[in-house]
Amino acid sequence: MTGFLSPLIEPGFFANAPVQTALLVGGIVAVVSGVVGTFTVMRGQSFAGHSLADIGTAGGSAAFLLGISPLFGFVAMNLLAAGVMESIGIRRPRGRDLATGIVLGGALGIAALFLYLDTTASSTTGATINVLFGSIFTLPSSLVPFIGVFSVVALALVLAMYRPLILTSISSDLAKAQGVPIRLVGIVYLVALAVAVSLSAVAIGAILSTALLIGPAATALRITNRTGYAALIAAAIGVVATWLGVLLAYDSYYWFPTGGGWPVSFFVVTVVFLVYLLSQVRVRPRAGARRESTAAETG
Amino acid sequence: MFSGLMLNAWESASIVAIVAGVVGFFIVLRGSAFAAHALPNGAFAGAAGASLIGVDAIAGLAVFSILGALTIAGLGRRARHDVATALVIVVMLGLGSLFLSMTTEYAPEIYSLLFGEVLGVSSSELAPIAAIGVVCVAAILLIYRPLMFSSVMPDVAEARGIRSGRMEVAFLVVVALTTTMAVPVVGALLIFSLLISPAAAARSFTSKPLTAMGLSVLIALGTVWSAIALSYLSNLPIGFFVGSIGAATYAAGRGWATWRRNRRASPRPSSQALQPGVAG
Repeated sequence: MTGFLSPLIEPGFFANAPVQTALLVGGIVAVVSGVVGTFTVMRGQSFAGHSLADIGTAGGSAAFLLGISPLFGFVAMNLLAAGVMESIGIRRPRGRDLATGIVLGGALGIAALFLYLDTTASSTTGATINVLFGSIFTLPSSLVPFIGVFSVVALALVLAMYRPLILTSISSDLAKAQGVPIRLVGIVYLVALAVAVSLSAVAIGAILSTALLIGPAATALRITNRTGYAALIAAAIGVVATWLGVLLAYDSYYWFPTGGGWPVSFFVVTVVFLVYLLSQVRVRPRAGARRESTAAETG
Repeated sequence: MFSGLMLNAWESASIVAIVAGVVGFFIVLRGSAFAAHALPNGAFAGAAGASLIGVDAIAGLAVFSILGALTIAGLGRRARHDVATALVIVVMLGLGSLFLSMTTEYAPEIYSLLFGEVLGVSSSELAPIAAIGVVCVAAILLIYRPLMFSSVMPDVAEARGIRSGRMEVAFLVVVALTTTMAVPVVGALLIFSLLISPAAAARSFTSKPLTAMGLSVLIALGTVWSAIALSYLSNLPIGFFVGSIGAATYAAGRGWATWRRNRRASPRPSSQALQPGVAG
């Protein structure tokens, strides 16, 4: 089999330690992002999901200043930000983007300060680039257990309130009539989102984090209407895209311009986007797509 | 504080603040904060690409932000708007990471594109910034009435023959141009703060559209002016002050609105008091 695939897979791919870590962490993060992302797309909170990845930068750079692992800074900052977003008014569809935007704007200002202090304190200028475009290949393997734990927490939160979460995501009026505590479900979901996003942002960078959160889930929700299947399909698409991205980035070491290789995030994002476009083409003639698009326009 | 290079800083930042105040008003009104965040980020990727092939950064910023605006409008027509925006931002940032991996640009220059380098604006850059600023404000004034109509009452506007799809495209292109002009001055991440916070604060002080727009411009000007002064005096990055002052003005606006609502609520029963059955 290796002989058959040898034009595709460069020699030494599976024996390489950073590659093994990248495949493992990328896989875990893709599964969590796929499952959590399905609800993010259903609830229309893509902006919050993306913002948390950026907001975490402020916590990550502060943690760097204090000399602790950025992961904890990310999680702490994101939980705080999720709390502020919730109190400003992420519940109302109309004020949702504004609430997210205000928190994001303030947090980016703080990030600017801490990153500036980081660079003056230690003269390492790469902090910004690392956070936004962080490379999956430079992950220390000591981080893997923490990533595992946080992944389990995020997944457990989503699974524990699986049914009320679906109900509130589809129709909050219906959920209210059934006696579901909408606000509580919203808060717990936001906590799961904050944990999942900070985990993936610190592991694979903010861009990839959003790509894996939204892309596969949006594609899956085009393919099926059933939430459970959608979450599974999203996780599968995410894992395949991540592994393909890691593989291509490894291969690209010998591509133009030689001597560095192309970034993983570029390949993963490209794969995710192409799959999304493909799903658009396939589903378009069906009545379901039309209904959904008009619902999205009015809503 | 008011000499040489600093003069360029004051002038360029004032232009950016005026345009951001006007355009930001509509961003808040239409709830398109995500697009206002996505376009500057995408434009940043364009600047990285421009430095790779050796053309002017403004060209890269303009091409990428306008392409991004058109893609968001195009994809957003068929899918959910926030999903389309999220996908556009990651694709553009993905390209940006590819460009960055190929360039030999130093990290401080990338930092300044992200977080702004108001002191680095040269006299030759001032003219295009002013020109694009004039175009943005003129475009907003030109489509003011239909844009306002389709933002506040999309259904009624559609019935009156205003195509909301076209309005969306036109508005996003204006946001893209604002981005192009503002990124070299305040940076890709902080132009967002300047677009959102002053306008959001202004809206909680008044509900009259033109007054709110004027107030939004004034708050934006106050924000950048005090940010430059504080940054000059304390030697800390300007982005920090723009972000913090922005959040603070919004908090002040919210506080004012709550206080006024509470005062007005006491003589008149609020809507909750009219339905005593709900609580029990």
